Amino acid sequence: MVNKIWGFFIIIGIIYCLFNNNVDVINNEILNSCKTALDMTFKIFPVMALWLGISKIAEVSGLLKKLSLKLSFLLKYIFPEIPKGHQALSYISSNIIANMFGLGNAATPFGLKAMQSLQELNNKKDTASRSMITFLVLNTSGVTIIPTTIISLRMMYGSISPTSIVFPCIIITFTSTIIGLIIDRILARLS
Amino acid sequence: MISSLIIPLVVLFVIIYAIIKKVPVYDTFIEGAKESFDLILKLFPCLLAMIFAVNILTKSNIVTNLFNFISFIPNEIIPLIIMRPISGTSSLAILSTIYETLGPDGFIGTLASYIQGTTDTTFYILTLYFGSVGIKKIKYALWAGLLADLVSITISILFVSFFS
Repeated sequence: MVNKIWGFFIIIGIIYCLFNNNVDVINNEILNSCKTALDMTFKIFPVMALWLGISKIAEVSGLLKKLSLKLSFLLKYIFPEIPKGHQALSYISSNIIANMFGLGNAATPFGLKAMQSLQELNNKKDTASRSMITFLVLNTSGVTIIPTTIISLRMMYGSISPTSIVFPCIIITFTSTIIGLIIDRILARLS
Repeated sequence: MISSLIIPLVVLFVIIYAIIKKVPVYDTFIEGAKESFDLILKLFPCLLAMIFAVNILTKSNIVTNLFNFISFIPNEIIPLIIMRPISGTSSLAILSTIYETLGPDGFIGTLASYIQGTTDTTFYILTLYFGSVGIKKIKYALWAGLLADLVSITISILFVSFFS
């Protein structure tokens, strides 16, 4: 899918510019994008390193584990089909905690493990279970507390207050997750 | 105000907790920070590819001209909304284009920050997670995921309109 979209973007963009006599813009853009990409990588890099360091401390000290344990008690109500104390709950909560800390890459392995243990509970192996879809909704509504990459990008482009988005993002994420879960319940009823 | 407190408080809490648990905080920090090299090496080619494609598309003005009719969503945000569910790096590329042209603190810049921060790559997660366990019939999963994204976007727009 990404392959097609990528090609499509470039072809459409260039053809549209050719028709509108805008070739200079495209020439500039082709060369500029290399510089932008490198700048971005260098600007994101230090903030990412810093944050990975901090979160490593949280991981080694057992803080992340403790938080996921707390969270898995809450998850019982969101995932009524999962039996008490089942592995799936702890994987799901580890995934959510990692996402909250803005560690997308650390979250994925937990997410895959969670899907595996949800599949064990699934009766029809080729069909998505209700819990799986609820898990997807939790993931896509994006429960992030510290959006590291966005903060570093804002710094790079000279924001007056790069971290000012943190609190609003938490409120928006929280509200949209709840509404998302309600929509999920309604869709589950309908299907 | 509260925003600027969150990160220092989290850092403070993490370090105090680790010291109580007798974790060698400095060594652990270095160990974690080292992992960023791997990540950044993987990130650069994807970012380059996506910034390249997205910049060509957005600078050609085709998106702005095509989507003029949707008036309640600002034009500059539309490429971000389209790409956000599909690919994380390309939406980052679009976000940086928005910051570059309109600044990170204006109406559009703030809105784009909220959208990027509160949504996720639905298609990617769907393909990866469901694919990994061999699920073929996803039922209403796609709609649930996309509706969740749409809710985040709507609340972001409302939030920026009311509070800034």
